[in-house]
Amino acid sequence: MSTHETKGSGLKWVGRAIRRLEDPALVTGQGRFTADLPATHWVRFVRSPVAAGSIKSITFPDGARVITAADLSGVKKITPMLHKFSYRPVGQSILADGQVRYVGEPVAIAVASSEEAAEDLADLVDIDIDETAPLVDARDALADGAPQIHAEAPGNVILEGTVKTPGFDSVWDNAARIVAINARSRRQNATPMEARAGHASYDAPTGRITLTCTTQMPHLMRTAITDLLGMRESDLRVIAPDVGGGFGQKMSLCAEYVALVWLARQLKSSVAWTEDRRENLIASFHSRDQYIALEAAFDKDAKLMALRADIVSNVGAYSCFPTTSGVEPLMAMAEMPGPYDVQQYQCRARGVLTNTCTMAAYRGVSRPVITFTLERLMDKAAAAFAIDPIDIRRRNLIAKFPYTSAMGLVYDEATYKETLEMAVAAIDVPAFRARQQAARAEGRYLGVGFATFSERTGYGSPAFAARGMAITPGWETVHLTVDPSGFVEARIGSSPHGQGLRTTLAQIIADEIGVAPDLIKVIHGDTDTAPYGWGTFASRSLVISGGATLLAARKVRAKLLKIASHMLEAAPEDIVLENGSAKVAGTDRTVTIAAMAREAYTQTHRFKGEIEPGLTESGTYDPPGTFSNACHVAIVAVDVETGFVRIERFLVAEDAGRIINPMIADGQVHGGVAQGIGNALLEEIVYDESGGILTANLADYMPPTAQEMPPIELHHLETPSTQSITKAKGLGEGGSIGAPAAVVNAINDALAPFGVQIDEMPATPQRIRAALRASSSAHSRASGKPGA
Amino acid sequence: MTEKSSITLTINGQNHAIAVEPRRTLVDAIREDCGQTGTHIGCEHGICGACTVIVDGEPVRSCLMFAVQAEGKKIRTVEGLATGDTLHPMQQAFIDHHGLQCGFCTPGFLMLAVGVLEREPDIGDDELIDVLSSNLCRCTGYQNIIKAVRAAAAEMRK
Repeated sequence: MSTHETKGSGLKWVGRAIRRLEDPALVTGQGRFTADLPATHWVRFVRSPVAAGSIKSITFPDGARVITAADLSGVKKITPMLHKFSYRPVGQSILADGQVRYVGEPVAIAVASSEEAAEDLADLVDIDIDETAPLVDARDALADGAPQIHAEAPGNVILEGTVKTPGFDSVWDNAARIVAINARSRRQNATPMEARAGHASYDAPTGRITLTCTTQMPHLMRTAITDLLGMRESDLRVIAPDVGGGFGQKMSLCAEYVALVWLARQLKSSVAWTEDRRENLIASFHSRDQYIALEAAFDKDAKLMALRADIVSNVGAYSCFPTTSGVEPLMAMAEMPGPYDVQQYQCRARGVLTNTCTMAAYRGVSRPVITFTLERLMDKAAAAFAIDPIDIRRRNLIAKFPYTSAMGLVYDEATYKETLEMAVAAIDVPAFRARQQAARAEGRYLGVGFATFSERTGYGSPAFAARGMAITPGWETVHLTVDPSGFVEARIGSSPHGQGLRTTLAQIIADEIGVAPDLIKVIHGDTDTAPYGWGTFASRSLVISGGATLLAARKVRAKLLKIASHMLEAAPEDIVLENGSAKVAGTDRTVTIAAMAREAYTQTHRFKGEIEPGLTESGTYDPPGTFSNACHVAIVAVDVETGFVRIERFLVAEDAGRIINPMIADGQVHGGVAQGIGNALLEEIVYDESGGILTANLADYMPPTAQEMPPIELHHLETPSTQSITKAKGLGEGGSIGAPAAVVNAINDALAPFGVQIDEMPATPQRIRAALRASSSAHSRASGKPGA
Repeated sequence: MTEKSSITLTINGQNHAIAVEPRRTLVDAIREDCGQTGTHIGCEHGICGACTVIVDGEPVRSCLMFAVQAEGKKIRTVEGLATGDTLHPMQQAFIDHHGLQCGFCTPGFLMLAVGVLEREPDIGDDELIDVLSSNLCRCTGYQNIIKAVRAAAAEMRK
């Protein structure tokens, strides 16, 4: 179910759950994905089987086409850069050069005439490595005397951010109570259903290369790859065709794509690579491997006064481009205070190099982890003060706007308290507590868990500049054209891959220029046809590309009104644009957009120089950012014999500003919550002590199935954003941010009679049973009797 | 391993005479030898179900079947679901209920659901969820897929 309480946009198309324009091709098998392309050459990457060591030799059959680092001299290393936070730039060779630093690192490329032949050849490549002891856990990498993974990063710390507000110490020293948590988030893989794939082809007449690949940011891939290979940027075209999900994993530059472009230039031919699932799980990008020690100072009334955090983020073996290894620790540091009013804050956030797969963005980035940590802490604090978990949130949620956080972030108007109250009312907490008591009497353990959070979305270049990123993304440009036949086409720099942006942007345009959305085409994902832009990530595209679309559409509207004024001999203010025509209000005098467009291109002499020829306008938007918010509630049943958790009910009360298409908005929340539930209960990349991965298939790394998913109840408030010209806020990541905290808080509530504290996710049956066993033996030691 | 066998695959009523190595999986043959790329490959180890097609009336993971095993059988893929310009009720229901986002897993879900409903038109809700949990989707959280399949089931019973 879903309820939307809209404040009414007064618009015809924005706010309507129209069917997606993307779907007809995708349901008929006409989608075009990278792996669908034929190629002359196929490659298989030969990857390091060990986590650390130096390469002694690489041998392969005589005459076979096998590429190693020695062949790639002249290709620069991927060396992402931050200009702040004591960042130590470390370089990644496209193929391991001398050293290997994680299991799965590309060492050689087997090239053959078919995928199978490339796999056969890869099996014959023998890599002899002098193995050394790996560092898998961030705490081991921080230990005194730990081996150096990169000489450039002493102590294996690639960056360290610190902050302390003036006045922190006196507030801290005067606290009535300090509550602490040591939270642990295990490692995840975003696991898009389409793994990575790339296809590079050579165009003989021009010498250009076209790289088709599963990327979320085609333009930046072009910039980055041509930089590394020393090419002119105009000699590379990058296409993101239909992309089968990304969730952040497809945002970062992969060494594999650089190698494909290099190979296509060498071979003057086409060359393709399709990653298999094992490669994706061990060697694409990982995320969320963090330790957070968080302490909170409260006054006697359970008002939060100060937060102190120590964040350790395991960033893997290299730094990801373009965000750098700062993406998790710096996001965690900046947004740790979350939705709560707290003005004193001290934090140290470190990115720590290890011999594991490189960390990069995954939906929500650090926020699922910091929300988990902070919301677990709020529940512990409520218990310490003997007040209800809902009550402690009521006392501390931000209620006055704009609100400037301890980190200097400006929160625009949101509904932290209102969504909490909405969720509380819908859950009927007293009825649940009665049911919980009755169930406990029967030996069944139910729990309810709340998570309230803010979701910073749609932020432009100043937000990225604050991180000191050498590459500072942010703005978006849209070119909107009415062609001479009257057909409307928007070319956008964003690169959607499942978010339905072709539909939602068409809705925005439709309202401005009076043309139905299904007559508007949104073109993206091709550097030859779309304007330079940053792609789709960080819940940005609807806000930023949507804003640029609105700006372009307003200009096209103004121009159409001018042309109509000229053709209809009426004042522009008397003309309305609707149903594909301009009409003089209150009359039957109309002219179609097609006729106006034809005039704009082919009869410009009639404008007498008063109107510029053509009908293309451009809009660029670079907003400061806007905060969505939500309250998630989970009700779970925990089987204390097996540790199995069943989610009985899941509720989201959320506010993402003006909703452009409620159907698509709900779908984004559903998908995010599913990933959050996976994060809470199921999904974990497990390394053994030697740095090998034990979860290299989808039976061991377990995204949720339909069986694990409860129905999700959605409730929406709409607080139009003042920081976004469409009044929309982003909502792509919220589902994944709140769900882990809600689910694990619910598990802890269910297990309260056992005195169990589970502060680690995923909360697997093994971890729940271990906690229960530990509690039971503690009880029996204390009482001399067998415990519960 | 490289000696090829000549076989004929019947896909959506069309015969494709192809030569494949014995190790060639059905999904690779459908996509690469027969050029029907609507069927996708998600894991190649029989977990995700993106490659699900219908073989002699049964939903099958085509990454777990060799092409040579499918000779003489009737194979149906997503390209064969619609009749001319008229979408199959399952395709229409996925659009109407927002049962897809990126669309990569969608062909597999469509073939799974159609195959099961043709066999068991009156399948119960719990059984349906059990069946749909055969395949993975990373975008939708399954809610709208379940809704779409229920709606299509009602339409298919008419």
